Amino acid sequence: MSDPRVAGAGVTKFGKHPERTGRDLFAEAGLEALDDSGVDPDDVDSLYYGNFMGELAEHQGHQGPLMAEAIGLDAPATRFEAACASAGAAVRGAVQALRNGEADVIVVGGAERMTNIGTAAATDALAIAADDLYEVRAGMTFPGAYALMARSYFDQYGGSHEDLAHIAVKNHEHALVNDHAQIQKEITVEDALEAPTIASPLGLYDSCPITDGAAAAVLTSESYAEAHDLDAPIAVTGTGQGGDNLALHDRPHLAQTPAADKAAAEAYADAGVGADDVDVAEVHDCFTIAEVLAIESLGLYERGEGIAAATNGETDRHGEMPVNLSGGLKAKGHPVGATGVAQLATITWLLDGSHPRADAVTDGTVGVAHNAGGTVASTTVHVLEVAE
Amino acid sequence: MTDQAPDGQYDAWLDAIADGEGHYAECANGHGWLPPRRVCPTCGSRELAEKPLPDAGEVVTHTTITVPTPQFEDDAPYVTAIADFGPVSITGIVRGVDPEAVEIGTMVGIEVGERVTTGDRLVVFSPR
Repeated sequence: MSDPRVAGAGVTKFGKHPERTGRDLFAEAGLEALDDSGVDPDDVDSLYYGNFMGELAEHQGHQGPLMAEAIGLDAPATRFEAACASAGAAVRGAVQALRNGEADVIVVGGAERMTNIGTAAATDALAIAADDLYEVRAGMTFPGAYALMARSYFDQYGGSHEDLAHIAVKNHEHALVNDHAQIQKEITVEDALEAPTIASPLGLYDSCPITDGAAAAVLTSESYAEAHDLDAPIAVTGTGQGGDNLALHDRPHLAQTPAADKAAAEAYADAGVGADDVDVAEVHDCFTIAEVLAIESLGLYERGEGIAAATNGETDRHGEMPVNLSGGLKAKGHPVGATGVAQLATITWLLDGSHPRADAVTDGTVGVAHNAGGTVASTTVHVLEVAE
Repeated sequence: MTDQAPDGQYDAWLDAIADGEGHYAECANGHGWLPPRRVCPTCGSRELAEKPLPDAGEVVTHTTITVPTPQFEDDAPYVTAIADFGPVSITGIVRGVDPEAVEIGTMVGIEVGERVTTGDRLVVFSPR
């Protein structure tokens, strides 16, 4: 089976842009991706677009065709919604369509406008990714949901808030040279531990910020890339998606994410690689504990061992298994519908040497992107490899 | 209080808890779920029976939320917990105890309370 190539990518500066519309954000990222790819926009077969809270934040549904128009495409466009994994689901759809020969060129992307509605309304909008009847009406917020998982993790496997603080410190440090990142500010473990609590045991620095931003990539079939002599050395070689019960209380384990286990197993098998082959990972660290759950589901760490990885320096840019060299959602920011494609762009740039943190993986050939929706009731995992 | 139509079996479930007749749905293979359900997600059984909810559950995890959604603005800080009632687990707000005193293993009963902010009904756990 041929593997789709990443022909180009574009990402806006992530951050607070309350006055910028979603269409303007996506136009910036999408046009950058098209220009970077060298692909004629007339050759684009489809736009696969991720967005989560457009109805609540901008009173704008049906964003697919709006966003195609925004980047000058006369092509069918479909919005993918899988909460914070919306863009990862869009990537998966595009990879499948390119592989089965339905298309030769697909623009994948996503955008989210969040800061214009303020923290309380954004917290409310994010909460609807949980079970409205049984979780949201019991006061659940997303920091609250991950706090429930964090406390369960500590109870089952050990670890402490200080271990989580090391994850925040690491990801902030990684973001210092990433000009796309929302937060380029070094913090200490003490800063993280002394920050205001949002949902115990998680504090301000355990949580990703509320972010506006967009990301896009141009994916092509292998044959199209060859026929058009594109500079596209990175291939998407594996795709996987897993699901789980929507409500946390319906799951047998509160400190594991089986949807991500399934997605990772499927993606690795698809690519013909194993966790031992992975050189670099971008994972969905919407909260510090989420990075722990992710690296364990990806098989990079055994259950219960991921909590100490950052404390031990293993997942920082000097470590054996660098995780979230972009700064992750924690410091790069998390415009939810764009995150999965921003991860794809990051891994592409890390593997082709053009990312400012690429020196952490100079000989790297295999990267994974892990994008989680809700309390990991939806997860996509993609494997990217250097093909040329 | 929100002015909208009741949510079918969910509101009926709250009514039952308020009347001391809390229940859950159990499939032919003994898997428990909260209503409404037409099929067991674990085994696919469509033979679901209404069973009485155990009197007490055990807190398996909890958090004190200080940054709420607008619907809980005047409730914060409050404790949201998941309690294991045997065949089912339920998410609710723990009241009647100092938040600092809530621990994994705390035994709680279930009742229906009101949200301070909006007056809407919600599941409340009280220590037993």
